[in-house]
Amino acid sequence: MIDRTPVRQRLAWREAIILASVTESASARTLVLGIDGWDDHRAGQHLDVRLTAPDGYQATRSYSLSSAPGEAPQTTVERVADGEVSPFLVDEIDLGESIEVRGPIGGYFVWEPSDAPVVLIGGGSGLAPLRSIWRAAADHPHPVVIAASARSVDRLLFGDELQALDAIVHVTRETDSNYRTGRIDRSDLDHVLAQANPHGDTTDPVVFVCGPTDFVEHIATLLREAEVQPGAMRLERFG
Amino acid sequence: MTTRGFQGRARSTDGRVPPGQFVTDDFPVLTAGPTEFVDTSEWELTVTDGMVTSTFDWDGLHELPMETITSDIHCVTHWSKFDTTWRGVPIEALFDAAGVGDFDYALVSSYGGYTTNLPVTDLVDRDAMVAVEFDGASLEAEHGGPARLLVPHLYLWKSAKWLSGIRLGDDEDQGFWEAAGYHNYGDPWSEQRYTSD
Repeated sequence: MIDRTPVRQRLAWREAIILASVTESASARTLVLGIDGWDDHRAGQHLDVRLTAPDGYQATRSYSLSSAPGEAPQTTVERVADGEVSPFLVDEIDLGESIEVRGPIGGYFVWEPSDAPVVLIGGGSGLAPLRSIWRAAADHPHPVVIAASARSVDRLLFGDELQALDAIVHVTRETDSNYRTGRIDRSDLDHVLAQANPHGDTTDPVVFVCGPTDFVEHIATLLREAEVQPGAMRLERFG
Repeated sequence: MTTRGFQGRARSTDGRVPPGQFVTDDFPVLTAGPTEFVDTSEWELTVTDGMVTSTFDWDGLHELPMETITSDIHCVTHWSKFDTTWRGVPIEALFDAAGVGDFDYALVSSYGGYTTNLPVTDLVDRDAMVAVEFDGASLEAEHGGPARLLVPHLYLWKSAKWLSGIRLGDDEDQGFWEAAGYHNYGDPWSEQRYTSD
């Protein structure tokens, strides 16, 4: 069965000031947060975000932390068409303004330093928690191997970091000579699994997969075909 | 704390949306592990109280009385879905057929190793069932088919997919998410999301 570690922090709502922001793609923005009394998080965890209208109406959503432990907390938000909260966070809120957050949350989709190699496979905004992990695991003795997928080049998150990390990057709905075309397939997975264990003598890798449901189901099916044990997978589906 | 510039969507005023939830017409998939594909020819459900143990195969389950319910469902990841229709075997009928005794707590288990815990009263006194149909069709694997637990009045992680076992006992053992920092009971109306709520 899967390891799990309890969330011990008392999860109070806290004010978070938007300290900085980064436009990550045509549809995603990173918000760097100043949170009073913030406890450090673990790589892969998320936040709950709450917005309150003048009449007291509240909307709450969960967003992954894309910063590594020890870095200033940040979340990367993808604009959902006809969404209620994400367009406000991507397009409207200004530096210096505040939202409410609570967290960090999550004891399952979490990377802890260990002897196991790490494979990260992300689709779309599913790369957000994986960025937290690849930055946290940068000093890890075993390789961190990444496969990423985006609908188009202008929707790809963290492209420069992915290139520097020698990730396999697919764009699914257009052709670009710098990227692979179409979905991540079995040969890509065999490649990253071999990269994660180049001599075939280390512990089996832990495989983190995050993205839209269809993407995660597709990758999980391929991983099973490649005989990765379900207990070695950490899956997080966005919607 | 008011968020400057935030107006939000049209308010729902009919009292059907628990705090912190939003309504979706989709049916998102939230599962910790990979989707399990269990054929009905291999599917079995074991109900035990430690002394009496009964196992139901697919045909055996279908010999039990079935009901159809329509209910709103609420996921801890903040979405709620209205008017979902489910058909299945009420848990009270299942326990009667199994011949198990009166105990306070249940630990529910799934193909793939998932577990969740809840009080027996929430299984037998409410609309909980072993669901085999959703909206008039066989339950798809990604939503927990061929058979899942459905406990519509609690957050949906209590409604274990790919149901394989229910163990009754005097003590409450924690399940998968409950041991990972989520609330032991999970009432959406009291917003019992995390351990400290």
